[in-house]
Parts: sequence; structure tokens; C-alpha cells
Amino acid sequence: MKLIIAGETRELPDSITVAELLEIEKVEMPQYVSVQVNEEFVRIEQYNDKQLNDGDRVEFMYFMGGGKIS
Amino acid sequence: MNLTPEQVERYSRQIILEEVGLRGQEKLLAGSVLIVGVGGLGSPAAFYLAAAGVGRIGLVDFDRVEVNNLQRQIIHTTADVNRLKIESAADKMRAVNPDVEVRTYEKAFAAENALELLTDYDFVIDGTDNFSAKFLINDACYFARKPFSHAGILRFEGQTITVLPGQSTCYRCIFREAPPAGAVPSCAQAGVLGVLGGTLGVIQATEALKYLLGCGELLIDNLLFYSSKEMSFHKIKTNRDADCPICGDNPTITALRDEAQIICPTRGEDSDASP
Repeated sequence: MKLIIAGETRELPDSITVAELLEIEKVEMPQYVSVQVNEEFVRIEQYNDKQLNDGDRVEFMYFMGGGKIS
Repeated sequence: MNLTPEQVERYSRQIILEEVGLRGQEKLLAGSVLIVGVGGLGSPAAFYLAAAGVGRIGLVDFDRVEVNNLQRQIIHTTADVNRLKIESAADKMRAVNPDVEVRTYEKAFAAENALELLTDYDFVIDGTDNFSAKFLINDACYFARKPFSHAGILRFEGQTITVLPGQSTCYRCIFREAPPAGAVPSCAQAGVLGVLGGTLGVIQATEALKYLLGCGELLIDNLLFYSSKEMSFHKIKTNRDADCPICGDNPTITALRDEAQIICPTRGEDSDASP
């Protein structure tokens, strides 16, 4: 199936979950990543159950500090 | 407020903009911005807001300038090493533009003083380096209903979002809470390209100017992600989360608190997996 990840269309195995996608994408420390599917937040408790569908738009948001790094 | 001939000359390049004009410049001179953290993000933001003629700018920081700051904290010079950052920055801002009143606060932005610090300002810029402060700024701005610009930078990337508390997606809507201390590597290990502070800090200053002018569309409900390696910007559309612990329907955070101090963790991966 096709997923739109960070605006890019990608080919991925059918009927995977968010947890499986995080693994396929090799997202490290997924517990600190904020995930959105079709503009809705998917919380970590839902990663194993949340099934992705063809055409879904997925975004990963990462913690970023910075600024005054000393 | 009537602009003097010197002011009309000083700000002429923005006064000729239809969306600014004399009235817009007067709004800027009557406006105020609090910059929390005068480092990589806060330095360029402070410089440009002073140059643009924002009437009152507050600087909150308790750090002193170190040599390893100078790679990116461009408001400080080699001669400023060991000086308080707020004093170093205030000198440059006054030198750029004597119209601007610069107020300095030699302190950490903390739960006990946050609301008081925000009181006198129209807009807040988060230029801090740690998640404890970033969440605190989000929460304090929510309780005070102060608009603010959040930004973070790391390695070759940065992201920013503007928040109108109670109206648009807040930082906690996206990231519930700071990761536990020591769970993730720090920025000091991961590094950051100095120019990132300029790119993101100037976007934050732009948002402050737009807010004061009431022109254009603010970066609300959109997290803007910047990759300097790909030289690309990607806007992630977000929505307020009804389950947000502070701005949601059933808030669990009802008072300000200091979270454990965690200095900016990394995403912990190679940029190939980046969005």
C-alpha cells in the first residue's frame, strides 16, 4: 500500500500498524516520537492497534531542544 | 504616538510596505517581546527585533558568555566572554537602535517567576535549551494566554511552531511531557550547525513582528520542520488535542510546575530516517 510519510509517497507492506511502521522506518526511541496519522495524534498506547490504510498521511515529530546550548 | 523624522528615516524600508506603514511602525514601537534565552535562537531574534523597532524587549538568561557559544550566538563577541549574556546582548541592541527599551532579567525562567515575567509582554520567544523550560514556557503562556513562538534546533535540523494558547495546537498537544532525564543523549554530544539558530531564530522574530503588526498568517497549527541538508521546509499540519493535559477538555495540569531538568535530547538516529 502507499503511505504519504512526511509528504513523500512511499510503498509499504499492506495493513501494517503504527508500531510496525516505526520499526520499518528504523525510528529509534519511538517512545519519544509524536506520531500523526491523517492530522490526528496517535498516542503510544495505540501504536500496536492502530492499523494504517492505503493513502494515509503519516508524520513523525521529534523532540528538538537547542537554542541556548552551552 | 508620532514618529520623529529620524524614526521615519530609520524604518523607511519597512514603512513603505503597505502592511506596515506609519501605523504599523507605531504598533511595533508600542509593542513588547520577551525573549527567554539569549543563545543560538535568542541572539538573532533579539538583534532583528531591536533593529525593527520593537519598543520594549525583555531578555531572560542567567548564563555568561562562553567561547563555545560564539559559533552560533551571534549577538555576543569574543570580548564578551565571561559577561552576562543579557548584558552583552542589551549593549548590542541599544547600539543598533536607541529607540528600544531593553529590560534584563538575570534569572532562570521558573515556575515561581514565569507568570510575573510574562505580564508586561505582548509576545514571547522561546530560545531555551532544555525541555523543562520549553514545557514551562508553554504552560505559563497558556495560563497567561500569551502568544509565543517555540523553536528547537539540533544537528542540521530545526522546527518551530507559533502558539495562540487556548486557540491553536500547543507544545503539549504534540509532545505530552519531557522525556525522563538521561533517557536520551544530549545536544552537547550531538552538536548543531551554528547557522540553524539564525534560520529558526529569525523565523521566531518574524512571527513576533507579524503578531504585533497583525499582518499575514501566523505559524499556528503547523509545525514547520527545516532540514538544512536537504534545504527543505516541511509544514506538518496539526490540530489541538482534546486530550491535551493543559489545553484539552479535561486538563490535568492546573498549576505551573518545574519539570525535571533535561537538556535537549537527540532523535538518536541518522538523518536518513528523518521526515
